[in-house]
Amino acid sequence: MNAAQTSLPLPTAPPVKMPTSSVPPAESTKYLLHVRRRPVFSRWFERGFEWTCAASTWFGLGVLIVLLIGVLWQGGSWLTLSFLTNYDSRHPEQAGVIAGLWGSFWLVSLATLLTVPIGVGAAIFLEEYQTKGWLRTLIEVNLSNLAGVPSIVYGILGMAVFVKMFGAFQHDPQLLEVSLGFTSMQIPLPFGRTVLSGAMTLALLMLPVVIVASREALRAIPSSIRHASYALGATHWQTIRHVVLPVAVPGITTGVILAVARAASETAPLLMVGAAIFLARTPGGIESPADVFRHPHGLLEAPFDHFTALPIQIYNWVSRPEPEYRHVAAAAILVLLAVLQVFNIAASIARARSRSRARW
Amino acid sequence: MRARELTIRALLLGCALASVLTTAGIIYVLFTEALIAIPPEKAFFQEVSPVEFFTGTQWTPQYQEKHFGILPLLAGTFLVAGIAAVIGLPIGLAGSIYLSEYAAPRTRNLVKPILEILAGIPTVVFGYFALVFVTPYVLRPVFQGWLGMEVNIFNAASAGIVVAIMIIPIVTSLSEEALRSVPHALREAAYALGSTKYQVSAKVVVPAALSGILASFLLAISRAVGETMAVAIAAGQSPTMTLNPFQSVETMTAFIVNVSFGDKPQGSLEWKSLFAVAMTLFVMTLTMNVISQMIMRRLREVYQ
Repeated sequence: MNAAQTSLPLPTAPPVKMPTSSVPPAESTKYLLHVRRRPVFSRWFERGFEWTCAASTWFGLGVLIVLLIGVLWQGGSWLTLSFLTNYDSRHPEQAGVIAGLWGSFWLVSLATLLTVPIGVGAAIFLEEYQTKGWLRTLIEVNLSNLAGVPSIVYGILGMAVFVKMFGAFQHDPQLLEVSLGFTSMQIPLPFGRTVLSGAMTLALLMLPVVIVASREALRAIPSSIRHASYALGATHWQTIRHVVLPVAVPGITTGVILAVARAASETAPLLMVGAAIFLARTPGGIESPADVFRHPHGLLEAPFDHFTALPIQIYNWVSRPEPEYRHVAAAAILVLLAVLQVFNIAASIARARSRSRARW
Repeated sequence: MRARELTIRALLLGCALASVLTTAGIIYVLFTEALIAIPPEKAFFQEVSPVEFFTGTQWTPQYQEKHFGILPLLAGTFLVAGIAAVIGLPIGLAGSIYLSEYAAPRTRNLVKPILEILAGIPTVVFGYFALVFVTPYVLRPVFQGWLGMEVNIFNAASAGIVVAIMIIPIVTSLSEEALRSVPHALREAAYALGSTKYQVSAKVVVPAALSGILASFLLAISRAVGETMAVAIAAGQSPTMTLNPFQSVETMTAFIVNVSFGDKPQGSLEWKSLFAVAMTLFVMTLTMNVISQMIMRRLREVYQ
């Protein structure tokens, strides 16, 4: 409810005739005069204040429009089909984003695979198992602090832990051979500047977001249906698995998609874990979905391949001195914003579904 | 059945502890590289004295004669964050007053998604915006064309402006929450005394929500201090101690990004300086976040 609508109409001051005596008014009269004159000044002031506040609110929209028009103007004509299928190039008109697109795809997919089970599991633990006590307090305080840690600090963590592994294999890098029966995987130790290092770092970044969103989805479910499930003889886990989780899925999905969008636009932590600035290769050599069938082993190689990502390419092109690369950067920004917009639409669809479904 | 339930519980506990492990990892990595290393390694502060680090005015880790005085980086960080705060906090607060006190519900439903989109724009895009639009089309015509000041292509002002744009959604949505949690009785009492709308908003509601507003300010400043890409692109890479917003500066975050490029050998002093700077950054943002959360928690208790 809005204060403006509930409040009574404002009392308006009755018209007052100003005294026109030449004698200076006494102190008290002076004060009264001030009060009586005030509504005239005040009306302008009132309006000015409201307009200032309204302008501040719409300032964001103005910036957004200027930004979009500017980027379109700079990059619109550079955004062609070959821009999507070309690798980076020393000639601006031949540069493209395929390495970044596939890099981002691999990073975000692996990060999501890693973070969703852990994040949802943590949320279930906090909401369904440990509903009070010091352990819950510890985890909660820790989560709210993690959410405020600058992403570059996560990048440093990822560099020290995943890329270098605390320097444990500094002098004798290993190549771990894992047999899968029909084929084998080669895992470098330390992970080095690979897709896997980047994905694990992004997973750490996404974790607090996924946990917070999943907890909210779980909390929105009334305890009466849990009790109904227990009354039918279900165990704790059966209740969670078959009653609580299915209802919470749309809410969790919304949170996960938003976390994915955030991960897809992160730049700094990927630079820290060694994303390549200039790379003419997609992870595992997979350039199109058809390549997966032609060259299935690429799926196993991709996590341990070098990588770049869409935001990294944008950063690289923005930093180039040649002015043509500004246009290339603008075109890549258009691609990135389009990808993010797809995530946003997906999130709002999931949100709408979670609202329409939950009727108790 | 019992065993299975217990196993699941243990697995879920493991998931929940993953986040604690992340924090522990951050603290462990920063401490062992910066403060106290496991022998025979030496940490940064065991080689460079903390006094030199926190009071030195020269930051030249890549030169032959190395100086590790963090003040130029701190000055750059505070200059950018300060510009962002001066522009972003008032606009964000005014926007939240409008949304909570003036706007019709329909307007609010229209503005909220716009703010969400603005908050979701990647920071690297804001860096591009600062470099390609703010400096050549806003700062240069005004300050170089009319006022005759020299505006470097990399400057703190353009970085500060885009960081301000980034923190506006944070301030607006968090402050609006604080303003809206002020009980309606307070507003009605003020109207009953003959107050105008401005008086109710600015003299009753805002003071009543002051702690929540301050918490949102702190959170926004902490975000501005930790902001990396926009600053690394727009503010430049020259660690100079200056208060001139039109000069190129280097922030703590920009230094961290730039050092990571060269792939410095692990164990070198330059590599360790990265962790010393990161620890300073981490401690600063953590302090602001913790204070902000304490304020918010108190606020929640008052109005329930």
